[in-house]
Amino acid sequence: MKDVTGIKEIIKPENLVYKRSSVLTDNVFSYCPGCGHGTAHRILAEVIEEAGLQSETIGVAPVGCSVLLYEFMNVDVQQAAHGRAPAVATAIKRLLPEKFVFTYQGDGDLAAIGTAETIHACNRGENIMIIFINNGIYGMTGGQMAPTTLEGMKSSTSPYGRDIKLMGNPLKMTEIVATLPGTYFVTRQSVHTPANVKKTKKAMKKAVEYQKLNKGTCFIEIVSNCPSGWKMSPVESNKWMEENMFPFYPLGDLKVPAVE
Amino acid sequence: MAKIRGSIVINVDKCKGCEVCVVSCPTGTIALAKEVNGKGYNYAYPANPELCIGCANCAMVCPDGVITVYKTKI
Repeated sequence: MKDVTGIKEIIKPENLVYKRSSVLTDNVFSYCPGCGHGTAHRILAEVIEEAGLQSETIGVAPVGCSVLLYEFMNVDVQQAAHGRAPAVATAIKRLLPEKFVFTYQGDGDLAAIGTAETIHACNRGENIMIIFINNGIYGMTGGQMAPTTLEGMKSSTSPYGRDIKLMGNPLKMTEIVATLPGTYFVTRQSVHTPANVKKTKKAMKKAVEYQKLNKGTCFIEIVSNCPSGWKMSPVESNKWMEENMFPFYPLGDLKVPAVE
Repeated sequence: MAKIRGSIVINVDKCKGCEVCVVSCPTGTIALAKEVNGKGYNYAYPANPELCIGCANCAMVCPDGVITVYKTKI
């Protein structure tokens, strides 16, 4: 590092603006460089820390890249069978209604094998927060095609691009759950720029508040990248996501509570 | 006019060199090092620390949470 006068004087506890959340453990994330999972974990930990809910939180981890959620966050975490996180979270919330319960799922978990559990948990209006990381691919198992894979998008099981006639249409899970009466707050965000990180954090904070008020299911989709699965550098993958994912998965709130 | 000075501390051992912070920095403070850390990644480091304004953009997008930001008025 260059020796610039005055730099050392700035590094003092009273000048601190931003530090790693204390809810996160010291373990290094097992994610690939530039993966949106890490940023999403960090934001979630910050929201839990700022709400003072560390001892009151129970998370439900999915099967997928984020299966090791319990290694990274210093809160109670239950690992669910593939796709069954909303069902497990339903039981936890009904048995321990005073706890803050969230599920953290990827698109292969939530939108493929767990479609039934997700739709019915949302339809029942279970009082949980569902975080849905959508990167359009099965990242952990080697980049296979997922229900959310875009038309023409290449994956290891669709090497010539997704053909709609053969493989069907991409699934917009967030739009589907927004039509259900049980959901209270449904939004789609991303975490690739500072502005989007702030918006996502705000959305999660709202979801925490709504859960305290027993309002119903809060569903937050985070459109994310998968640099390894997409075979791009992290910066390229973020750009590709802006150009290709956002036109099909537009960011913004899909269902907001009516002003009372 | 009060000038705002910032400073970042990067935990280079845990950095994976994804370059997302380099792109998000508005002043060009951060760059990737030519050297590698223990994991073999070209880690990010404050190449031009005098330019830092302490906006915390880098820390906000860092997927591994390795950046700590300090800010003060001079």
